[in-house]
Amino acid sequence: MGRFAGVMGEPGTKEVFNLADLEAAGGIHTGRRHILTMLVENKPGVLARVAGLFSRRGFNIDTLAVGPTDDPMLSRMTLTLDGALHPIDQVTKQLHKLVNVIKIRDLEPAEAVARELALFKVAADSETRGQVMQFAEIFRGNVIDVSKRSITIEVTGTDDKIEAFEQVIRPFGLIEMVRTGEIAISRGRSAT
Amino acid sequence: MRAVDAILECLKAEGVDTVFGIPGGANLPTYDALYDGGIRHVLCRHEQGAGHAAEGYARASGRVGVALATSGPGATNLVTTIADAVMDSVPTVFITGQVRTDLLGTDGFQEADVSGITMPIVKHSIMIQDPREIPMAIHQAFHIARTGRPGPVLIDVPQDLSRAEINYEPVDEVNLPGYQPTVEGNAKQIRLAAKAMANARRPVIYAGGGVINADAAAELTELCRSDRFPVTCTLMGLGGYPAPDDQWLGMLGMHGTRTANYAMDEADLIVAVGARFDDRITGKLSEFAPRAKFIHIDVDPAEISKNVPAHIPIVGDAKKVLPKLTREYRALETDASRLEGWWQRIHQWQDKHPLRYDDSEDSEIKPQYMIQALYEATNGDAIITSDVGQHQMWAAQWYHFNKPRHWINSGGLGTMGVGLPFAMGAQVACPDKTVVAVAGDGSLQMNIQEMTTCVLDEIPVKVFVMNNGYLGMVRQWQELFWDKRYSGVDMKMTPDWVKLAEAYGAKGMRATDKGTLVDQMREAIETPGPVILDVHVTKEENCYPMIPAGQPAREMVG
Ligand SMILES: Cc1ncc(C[n+]2csc(CCOP(=O)(O)OP(=O)(O)O)c2C)c(N)n1
Ligand SMILES: [Mg+2]
Repeated sequence: MGRFAGVMGEPGTKEVFNLADLEAAGGIHTGRRHILTMLVENKPGVLARVAGLFSRRGFNIDTLAVGPTDDPMLSRMTLTLDGALHPIDQVTKQLHKLVNVIKIRDLEPAEAVARELALFKVAADSETRGQVMQFAEIFRGNVIDVSKRSITIEVTGTDDKIEAFEQVIRPFGLIEMVRTGEIAISRGRSAT
Repeated sequence: MRAVDAILECLKAEGVDTVFGIPGGANLPTYDALYDGGIRHVLCRHEQGAGHAAEGYARASGRVGVALATSGPGATNLVTTIADAVMDSVPTVFITGQVRTDLLGTDGFQEADVSGITMPIVKHSIMIQDPREIPMAIHQAFHIARTGRPGPVLIDVPQDLSRAEINYEPVDEVNLPGYQPTVEGNAKQIRLAAKAMANARRPVIYAGGGVINADAAAELTELCRSDRFPVTCTLMGLGGYPAPDDQWLGMLGMHGTRTANYAMDEADLIVAVGARFDDRITGKLSEFAPRAKFIHIDVDPAEISKNVPAHIPIVGDAKKVLPKLTREYRALETDASRLEGWWQRIHQWQDKHPLRYDDSEDSEIKPQYMIQALYEATNGDAIITSDVGQHQMWAAQWYHFNKPRHWINSGGLGTMGVGLPFAMGAQVACPDKTVVAVAGDGSLQMNIQEMTTCVLDEIPVKVFVMNNGYLGMVRQWQELFWDKRYSGVDMKMTPDWVKLAEAYGAKGMRATDKGTLVDQMREAIETPGPVILDVHVTKEENCYPMIPAGQPAREMVG
């Protein structure tokens, strides 16, 4: 008999190793919403590569926001997706394979602040305008355009807040809504 | 110098000795540079042939294969090849001409958005926008193609930019912040894997094409022999472990051995090395290896837990990881007797279900026998390429590959018509080897034009056609799963292969009698220059055993 036959652990310790205890590491659905923030090279075609990857692999993006960063060579992409539909580790690993993707972070909700901007065009005449504006005030929205029969409000916040505002405003007659998709940044001193 | 001259300088700096291709308007400047550029150019007869030849070159040698094409139709003719190379992780660089920059986006003559078309099937692509970028782009392309998980890289060069004068300075370092393959493997994970292997009672080592790509066949063999680990390879991994051998279970998967598939089914630990749990391996995923824990070693992190969640993931190059794992395992000084029961079970399967077929009682050549004859005629030492179909599966089953890079086929994409151009490229890379293409009579028609190339460029490939008159693999599926309603599979007429060979200026031969087959094969191999040997085999033979698509391994038939 050799030194170890069957169950064993680190030599010289009491640690016990059991094959049956091994758990799968990856490919797991988290069931929550994820915000992925990526630094990508600011080059033509990069957005097409990211978007193509998502459609090819059957990943569903909820929102996508793209913009410049403090470094002109780099752009930031922020996307949100549902961890109940996809194993997020598979999504990030596939994105990492794109040569133009420099860095990806799956932001933990507690470690990040996220904001989205939305514009709401609401039906409002002289009778209802006051009420709509009151709601806008509660949500710290700004009125950015007014016409005889409509009012346009800008709201910033988390997606929950924006959805809540949509709920209260809808009964007045929501003509149109435009949302940017969330952007996010990590909390504290270190860069995202 | 002109940017195109710089391209040639860069290719030479990358060690390129041969390129395959076809010229056209948009890559005229490249061809002008090739005129006296000091690199062998093999003029192919179809860009698909050129692309597959570059793949064959790469698959046989491990060096990066290069193919050139003009814009538009030249570039789109490469699409199948690029898809083939990405599926099988073949290090290749494709350089396409593009219309002049002032015509881009105007539907100019022979304009096709080849970088857009190929975006989902490349490892990376670079659209040149400034001629000064060209040298760096070439070196980046080679670096990306050959490192990490290898794959195809496309460089699209607008015609005007390729003629521009640039100040060429040799590039000695590529810096790609977004591309840093992990190769070493995490030491803790490797130790954990060794422990898991030491604790397993029913382990199987399952190796794929990654082992071949990493040139890690010797390292794999070491690991397998550090104990009595049963080992099986995928279609792409054949030759990664020297078959046949006491520990060898045969190939696994749809047309693998029952033993290999049953062993996977009953294993308590599967050690996957450079393999990706393709559906042709797993069959019905939800019933795949239900009792097993998985160690998954792969250089591409995205493969790990993609199809089957891994318990011990190890990201790294097999060549680096396997020796470490072997060392860790050996240090545990385990007792091989714990595998006794497992081997008994395996031996039962092997005795009960050997790979077999009913040989003919007359002179008829059974397709399986054709491969056995090929093994005999080549002493098991040739580079064998194949097309796609039954002949491919029989070649995989019956030619017992015992060395890496001797079995070259289209595994992932399953591309008919690759056999001849693969052989052509392999022969260019390995001029001293015997290279035989086991061709399907359907498949061969898809790139037969490359016979000209072989004759003119003195590339002495031997094409052995498995002539069954059918698109045989599809016929087999129709027979087994579609009530024998043969639809579009009887080819009714295929060319007279002997005359066709002669028309190309090659030698043509025909074999119809199993008694003389080995000798005829030897004669073909000893004949200088390209030969087509038309081998008439049983028309309606089925390739067994087989896991019907989407079924679990337990349901193997035949
Ligand atoms: C380009 C391409 N088209 C179609 C198929 C589908 N297909 C798979 S095997 C096969 C039959 C191949 O016939 P042949 O080359 O004669 O080989 P056999 O199966 O008869 O040995 C076909 C049509 C394919 N794999 N590739
Ligand atoms: Mg056939």
